[in-house]
Amino acid sequence: MSLIELNQVSKIYDETIVPIRAVDNVNLKIGKGEFTSIVGPSGSGKTTMLNLIGGLDQPTEGKIIVDGTDISTYKPDALINFRLHHIGFVFQAYNLIPVFTAKENVEFIMLLQNIPKSEREKRAVEFLEAVGLKDRINSTPAELSGGQQQRVAVARALASQPSFVLADEPTANLDSVSAESLLDLMEDLNHKHNMTFVFSTHDQRVIKRAHRIVTLQDGKIKKDEMNPAHAKSEA
Amino acid sequence: MSTYIKLAWRNLWRNKKRTLIAAASVFFAVILALIMRSMQTGYYDYMIDASVRMYTGYIQIHGKDYWEKKSLEESMILDEKHLNKLKKIKGITLAVPRFETYSLISHGNKTKVAQITGINPQEENKLTDLKKKMIEGNFLDDSSKGIVIAQGLAEILKVGVGDSVVIYGQGYHGVTAAAQIPITGIVKFTLPDLNKAFTYLTLNYAQWLFSAPERLTSLSIMIDNPNELNRIESQLKNIFNEDYEVMDWEELSPELVQSIQVDNAQGIIMLGILYVVIAFGIFGTIMMMTAERVKEFGILISVGMKKWKLGLVTLYETLFVSFLGVFTGAIISIPILLYFKANPIPLTGEMADAILAWGFEPILPFAVYPGMFFAQIWTVLAIAMVSALYPILFIRKLKPVEALRG
Ligand SMILES: Nc1ncnc2c1ncn2[C@@H]1O[C@H](COP(=O)(O)OP(=O)(O)OP(=O)(O)O)[C@@H](O)[C@H]1O
Ligand SMILES: [Mg+2]
Repeated sequence: MSLIELNQVSKIYDETIVPIRAVDNVNLKIGKGEFTSIVGPSGSGKTTMLNLIGGLDQPTEGKIIVDGTDISTYKPDALINFRLHHIGFVFQAYNLIPVFTAKENVEFIMLLQNIPKSEREKRAVEFLEAVGLKDRINSTPAELSGGQQQRVAVARALASQPSFVLADEPTANLDSVSAESLLDLMEDLNHKHNMTFVFSTHDQRVIKRAHRIVTLQDGKIKKDEMNPAHAKSEA
Repeated sequence: MSTYIKLAWRNLWRNKKRTLIAAASVFFAVILALIMRSMQTGYYDYMIDASVRMYTGYIQIHGKDYWEKKSLEESMILDEKHLNKLKKIKGITLAVPRFETYSLISHGNKTKVAQITGINPQEENKLTDLKKKMIEGNFLDDSSKGIVIAQGLAEILKVGVGDSVVIYGQGYHGVTAAAQIPITGIVKFTLPDLNKAFTYLTLNYAQWLFSAPERLTSLSIMIDNPNELNRIESQLKNIFNEDYEVMDWEELSPELVQSIQVDNAQGIIMLGILYVVIAFGIFGTIMMMTAERVKEFGILISVGMKKWKLGLVTLYETLFVSFLGVFTGAIISIPILLYFKANPIPLTGEMADAILAWGFEPILPFAVYPGMFFAQIWTVLAIAMVSALYPILFIRKLKPVEALRG
């Protein structure tokens, strides 16, 4: 069974003069442990699709099944709870709570999940170590570089033990060195923890690191291919 | 410490200057409001005290219906049993008996209507400081058979100490009361109404003259703490039921109550304006803190923070700014108010004239009651709660996708 399944999913914005089909009749299955990139030109529907998968938005048509649950009919409040326990998010920017340290930020989602203090601390340290920020545990976001901040966001997502991690253009604000090393990190975590990653990007260097590449155009899937360089990792 | 409280507290200091300005606006407004209240309340307390010392006392006991009819037929006899119970009530400092009536007073061909007050000289002096107001002759003593009359009345009758006046009136049960009485002293009141009408006899003599032995028209009560008035009044009402009436100064001096109410209403309007300023300070800050964090809120809701939890954090923020101002303001006010309570401000102008007319020192002592502080705290809390609704409602409506797109 797939971890994520989109069945005839459309998202239509009709407040505009001509209704926009931001996601248009998409069928897609993503399995556990995949390392998938959603690519496509600007306005092709990448963000809209990730938002639908992540339960941040509701589809106009179709079914979205995540972790065996049909979330397409969930009300916004139920979705909040679903996101908390099933999905890890890494956004393009402003991921972290500015007044909290790296460790407090990583702990925060676990706190929302009612995980006891000792367990939170243990995991926070463990994952900050895993993203290479062991010595920056008590730094606030302002004291960290953009790349380091994104790593904290990745650590935060993973520490909450989600079913998969969604990242909408996680490298968009990073220089190429930081972008590369974030990708290294994600790939490494994908490998070690068998954590599923779905991320979107424009960036050619990032695209080539994906194991599976789903290309969108005008809200439709134009291409869905295995990256030959990593073909071995997919089932 | 709860993580949400920690988060709210740190958020507050992301923009130190703005938080401090908002808290300072509350701080100064609270100090100003407290000074205003303390001054007003102090002035009222002082006026009330002046007024009750003028004549009535805080509470009076009469025979039933006396106050309405003002007739000797409604005078009363206080037996030992009642008086002993009265003495046991805590907080009563004085119980001054009087026998009051009106009668004609004349000298030569001049005749006037005078208020005749039969008094216990020592007790009366403790309440109204009558001895100090003597300008000629001697004050009454227990065995005195003379009369002390007010200076204005003496002028009208063209009499002085050593002259005699004739009292002619109606005693208890309609018995004629008439006597020629020597003037032993002249007393001067600053209030013209009193100065033209008041005369004093000893209680015994007045009771004998008006054929009403043992009878009193009023017993004036003084208490040491005006805040205990209600308690003492209800205790008195328990003792002096059926055949008596127990009235407090508010019932005895409705004009005073009214003038205080009018003045107080003005004070409340001023306070209202002050609170509007506070409200704008708090609300403006909260609005800015909300507007600049839309993305952040969007992310927090996206990662699974329930909206009410986020709303709670913003509620804490609002409460912190408000209470930072209100508590520091209240604490700083305490010594200021206590200082002016101990060292009253001397009054000048109209206010001073008004108090002087009552025969009292024109000063403005501050009053300090815990209730004044609680009133500030509750009001600011109410303003904070209403302001806190803004971010809470904002978050309620927030759609994460829209917030993230900014
Ligand atoms: N709330 C909205 N109302 C109307 N149209 C919208 C809304 N959100 C997105 N769209 C439209 O839907 C289409 C897909 O947008 P989306 O943001 O998903 O594209 P994208 O692939 O993420 O683009 P980019 O690479 O620039 O981030 C665009 O045409 C966009 O204008
Ligand atoms: Mg996008």
